[in-house]
Amino acid sequence: MHIPDGFLDAKTALATATLSAAGLAYALRQVRAELPPRKVPLLGLSAAFLFAAQMVNFPVVGGTSGHLVGAALVAALLGPSAAVVVLSTVLIVQCLLFADGGLLALGANIFNMGLVATLFGYAVYEACRRLVGGTRGRVAAIAFAGWCSAVAASISCAGQLAWSGTIPWPVALPAMAGVHMLIGVGEGLISALVLLAVSRTRPDLLQGALNPAPPSRTRGFVVLGLISSLGVALFVAPFACPWPDGLESVAARLGFGSRAAAPLVATPLHDYRIPGLSSPAMATAAAGAVGTLVAFFLALAFSRLVVRAREEGKPTRP
Amino acid sequence: MSATPESRSRRNAALKVAGALLLVLLITLTPVSRPLWLGAEGLLVALAVAVCRVPLVPLARRVLLLSPFIAGAALASAVGAHASDWQTLAVRSSLCLVTVVVLSQAVTIAELLAVLRAAKVPTLLLTTLALMHRYLFVLADESARMGRARSARTFSGRRRFAWIAAASVVGNLFVRASERAERVYEAMCARGWKA
Repeated sequence: MHIPDGFLDAKTALATATLSAAGLAYALRQVRAELPPRKVPLLGLSAAFLFAAQMVNFPVVGGTSGHLVGAALVAALLGPSAAVVVLSTVLIVQCLLFADGGLLALGANIFNMGLVATLFGYAVYEACRRLVGGTRGRVAAIAFAGWCSAVAASISCAGQLAWSGTIPWPVALPAMAGVHMLIGVGEGLISALVLLAVSRTRPDLLQGALNPAPPSRTRGFVVLGLISSLGVALFVAPFACPWPDGLESVAARLGFGSRAAAPLVATPLHDYRIPGLSSPAMATAAAGAVGTLVAFFLALAFSRLVVRAREEGKPTRP
Repeated sequence: MSATPESRSRRNAALKVAGALLLVLLITLTPVSRPLWLGAEGLLVALAVAVCRVPLVPLARRVLLLSPFIAGAALASAVGAHASDWQTLAVRSSLCLVTVVVLSQAVTIAELLAVLRAAKVPTLLLTTLALMHRYLFVLADESARMGRARSARTFSGRRRFAWIAAASVVGNLFVRASERAERVYEAMCARGWKA
């Protein structure tokens, strides 16, 4: 999902760079306030860990393989502000040392993967963990959060490409979100297996995520969440509004509604008319909602599969 | 004040970063209606390659490795309204890619950190960047070693086990990274580090 240079126009690059700089600066301040000095090297080591972990390949169908992105996983392990710093560091090094992702697009890449994926993943993880509870709850929560973070980042990325006038929204959204709904399954499964491996070897490392959140962490999360919501509103809202006028005409001109545009989830809903869902935007939203529900229940089922009942009986919560 | 070698290399690195940013900005701002401008900008990029004395074979290998992303994005933009622009878009993006690869080959992380320190970037971010760069290859080697050990011991080709084994490698990598962070902290304190 690393956007190369040349695909974003100046206004998008500037807006994303501003938002990312603000978010990163706030996250750094927050980390300095909440992190004990003993944990400072952990940020650099976690960034190096994430970089190395992204090079471990997981076999998928045929000869292809996938790898971890890790935004939700790092957020679950270290908390939201530290995760923003870690992900941003990884993206900066990937850009400057390996030319992976553009220089002007660095702001956009940090925004999508460092802010949106991290914070959204963290919010989903915390909510689901409380909802289900126990080791199973944590595994299901991280699986679902990994999926959500991949999809959210891809939607934000699609919004930026559309805002730049590079790829029209009706093409960008289904393509990006559709592909990442598939990629997100892998991301969720890997994140869950890694979290499970950590909780089996060193359950104490997860204590940070298990303790009741200190007030500063919550405040940091709220401010960072506001910054990324502002950005998403800027990039996505102009296209995603349900008013049928502009979008309808664009959609009609581009032939949106063809099966090729939304290959993954729109097909089962293709001939499915819910009253009030006549516009393609609403149909896409409904397809997304169905996909999200399916992902959530898959995550639940997966956690029941991998976490044995015996393990669940152990006192994992202090 | 006479220029020390450090300050000279820092100034050089700052110039390279600023030049790369300017060049990428210039290429990005080129209007689609003026494809000839891209030719002139291509000459500037070639000049940058020559001035920085970047070895050509690693440069080409790096660019080829990263070009599928550009091809994919250009392909996606070819679908829909302005289908005619995608060639310009691909050329523009490739030129930017070469520029960034040249920058990544011409500036070391140490020089870059010096530039960022002079630009008053928060120390916490600099420490994180420096430590990440320090342990990047250590942890990558460690993960490769763990992967090798795992494949030497388990011969099962089944995908399910491959996933669980790879995930346990990643999980162990995190555990080892956090343990190493503790030792690094003690080493930093022993050398007089203050938060």
